[in-house]
Amino acid sequence: GKELRGVPAAMSASGTLSILCSDSYADLSQYRDQHFRGTRYDQERLLRKSCTLYVGNLSFYTTEEQIHELFGKSGDIKKVIMGLDKVKKTACGFCFVEYYARGDAENAMRYINGTRLDDRIIRTDWDAGFKEGRQYGRGRSGGQVRDEYRQDYDAGRGGYGKTVQCQ
Amino acid sequence: SNSSLESNLEGLAGVLEADLPNYKSKILRILCTVARLLPEKLTVYTTLVGLLNARNYNFGGEFVEAMIRQLKECLKVNMYNEAVHLVRFLSDLVNCHVIAAPSMVAMFENFVSVTQEEDVPQVRCDWYMFAFLSSLPWVGKELYEKKDAEMDRLLSQTESYLKRRQKIHVPMLQVWTADKPHPQEEYLDCLWSQIQKLKKDRWQERHILRPYLAFDSILCEALQHNLPPFTPPPHTEDSVYPMPRVIFRMFDYTDDPEGPVMPGSHSVERFVIEENLHCIIKSHWKERKTCAAQLLSYPGNNKIPLNYHIVEVIFAELFQLPSPPHIEVMYTTLLIELCKLQPGSLPQVLAQATEMLYMRLDTMNTTCVDRFINWFSHHLSNFQFRWSWEDWSDCLTQDLEKPKPKFVREVLEKCMRLSYHQRIIDIVPASFSVLSPANPVCIYKYGDESNRSLPGYTVALCLTIAIKNKASNDEIFSILKDVPNPNQDDDDDEGFTFNPLKIEVFVQTLLHLAAKSFSHSFSALAKFHEVFKTLAESDEGKLHVLRVVYEVWKNHPQMIAVLVDKMIRTQIVDCAAVANWIFSSELAHDFTRFYIWEILHSTIRKMNKHVLKIHKELEETKARLARQHKRRDSDDDDDDDDRSSDREDGPLEEQIERLQEKVESAQSEQKNLFLVIFQRFIMLLTEHLVRCETGGIDVFTPWYKSCIERLQQIFLQHHQIIQQYMVTLENLLFTAELDHHILAVFQQFCALQA
Repeated sequence: GKELRGVPAAMSASGTLSILCSDSYADLSQYRDQHFRGTRYDQERLLRKSCTLYVGNLSFYTTEEQIHELFGKSGDIKKVIMGLDKVKKTACGFCFVEYYARGDAENAMRYINGTRLDDRIIRTDWDAGFKEGRQYGRGRSGGQVRDEYRQDYDAGRGGYGKTVQCQ
Repeated sequence: SNSSLESNLEGLAGVLEADLPNYKSKILRILCTVARLLPEKLTVYTTLVGLLNARNYNFGGEFVEAMIRQLKECLKVNMYNEAVHLVRFLSDLVNCHVIAAPSMVAMFENFVSVTQEEDVPQVRCDWYMFAFLSSLPWVGKELYEKKDAEMDRLLSQTESYLKRRQKIHVPMLQVWTADKPHPQEEYLDCLWSQIQKLKKDRWQERHILRPYLAFDSILCEALQHNLPPFTPPPHTEDSVYPMPRVIFRMFDYTDDPEGPVMPGSHSVERFVIEENLHCIIKSHWKERKTCAAQLLSYPGNNKIPLNYHIVEVIFAELFQLPSPPHIEVMYTTLLIELCKLQPGSLPQVLAQATEMLYMRLDTMNTTCVDRFINWFSHHLSNFQFRWSWEDWSDCLTQDLEKPKPKFVREVLEKCMRLSYHQRIIDIVPASFSVLSPANPVCIYKYGDESNRSLPGYTVALCLTIAIKNKASNDEIFSILKDVPNPNQDDDDDEGFTFNPLKIEVFVQTLLHLAAKSFSHSFSALAKFHEVFKTLAESDEGKLHVLRVVYEVWKNHPQMIAVLVDKMIRTQIVDCAAVANWIFSSELAHDFTRFYIWEILHSTIRKMNKHVLKIHKELEETKARLARQHKRRDSDDDDDDDDRSSDREDGPLEEQIERLQEKVESAQSEQKNLFLVIFQRFIMLLTEHLVRCETGGIDVFTPWYKSCIERLQQIFLQHHQIIQQYMVTLENLLFTAELDHHILAVFQQFCALQA
């Protein structure tokens, strides 16, 4: 089809009025949990009907209460599960938020993802569902993998990355 | 730019014309959908249709027929907003020489004659009137030029309808109770003023972009079609017309003295701009970046103060009564995106708007204040809570119950929920400490050695130790057995009649032990669910549990809210208990606080969702049974005997019966909840009114304004459910003997869909 300025690509012979049904914030991202037990197909099926969001880039000091207040703006929350350092059992900067209704989770993806909590831009993504053990960081030191290798100083996430700290 | 749009349109028309033999139905479908769903670009597509019609007369005719079919469909299924877009599209097709003006006038004559129908809701007539009037900015000139006598007749019929229609509903929908600086007009009144002014200006309208003007030489050669006679579908029981609206205005030309002049409130430009901006939000609400970009690229940027229009339109939606068109949080995030795209200009307009809203808090509807609080606190949390609080020091000298200090208190409380207590202390000047929220700590009455004389103190200690040692429910029960019942002289109980002291000791101790986080508290509720259920078995028990929760957590309203939510969901308390608790004298002190109403509305919503859920289950089971019957009917060649098919039906039929009972009981619980709430409101308000009357004081205190608007809020937020109870409400509660102040709220509500 032809792309003409002033008139959306919708008028092409392909016929999809994509501009009118676009919902990119609520779509699945490229990320797939490598530890997921099951086929890619199973995983995507679960992601498409999930009511659970992964929330990342939290400060270590962000509380369940703050998360509840912010994410409660898109609907009633069923459960918040804080991500923990596997060794220290303290918050390590991520969590899961489960809603009762998928529509409420979608609105969180549309309007809370990419905004600030505790002055940090947080990121949300679909999660296939909480399972025991997934509340722990997967980094070698016990926290999240991203905090193992990062080079920058982040006061809200324990300072320098673990590898930098060990130098 | 315009010339590239024109060449694109010409090119596209050529491409589509070539595609017509093979893709005609698809093209028709797309164009019809665009007409319905992209009204902000309507003149682009009407031009396209005009060009196609000029090249292919039959296609033009088929398109018009398809549009009429689509219009009828929309009206049949109550899609009135989209129907307006279709009508407007059709009317602009007159400008593109696709539809003959006289036939359009004839359609409008049929629309206006709906106002002559008898025994129909006013909102029905309103819609047809709106569909007619709101098309005139686009096509008024052309229609008037061709059929001035008919148009004059239509306009005078319009005028007389608008004069005689009732407007009892208007006060309920206004954002402010004051008319200054901008009156909030009923939407049809405002539109009528705008059309009258347009007529006075001889239908000269210069704001709408009309690409078809550049193609006039081609289009005027085209043959036009006549619209088939259009009879508005009759009113049915299932017809649900749009609610009336009030036009929200907060800016005028004085607010941006340096920039382009803002079109006046009765100019047709104002109407078109607002319509288009609302349509853009409606088209792109799911895509915040696109939405912001589309809003900011609205044509006419240098001729109108676009940022002001955008901010005004967004707040118009956010504050719309009964409810905003979209979820509240969308508007917060949209405004943030707009600030990102226009960092040099939009934040200032937003700050100006915030200041203006603050200045007018005294007359702002309580529900709208709630939304303002939520928006402002969430917005600040994205900008490090930076705000010039000192500018608002005037509120410090006022009574804390007055709207301005109340607003600041609630905002600070919400800001704290999104951060933490010390942060809030740090961000406000010291003088604002009187408005700062309490440190959200738990109050445990048995915590201090000095309290050891309190009844139940020793049991509390026992319980603490037991719970820390992972005691079971049974062990807890046996410890609690020793708690005397202050309500009884003898010990006749098996241990489980209403014993407020037992409840107090158990709930205080448990909540204190689980105070660390929401998760800790939820675990505690789950682990000792059995104890809770038993202690709170009676209505008084439920009420007392709620009271104790409040006593422990009154510094932490957020915790109270999540605990109440959990207790309802796990059926420790029921919705009616929560309603009674909210209206109880213990909570009178907090009655006007925002968190109380959040709890009540959340409770009502849970009740509503519960009813819907069981109803859905029932419908699904009935559908399963129907499918089973159908399968059997089509298999009746098989030699299944009747007995086995009955046996198959049996469990499903039983299930349906059980679900039917469940639905009825849930619906009755739901109705009861609303009746309790209304009853308590009436009692409370009547008490106040009587007291004022006998004491000769003014009824209209801040408390009264808040309370009566909270009553309105119940009606507005749950209007669909409440409409089912109109007869009961009229006969039982909102009778003629009621004080007229309270009755007025009910009458305004009745007028909304009348």
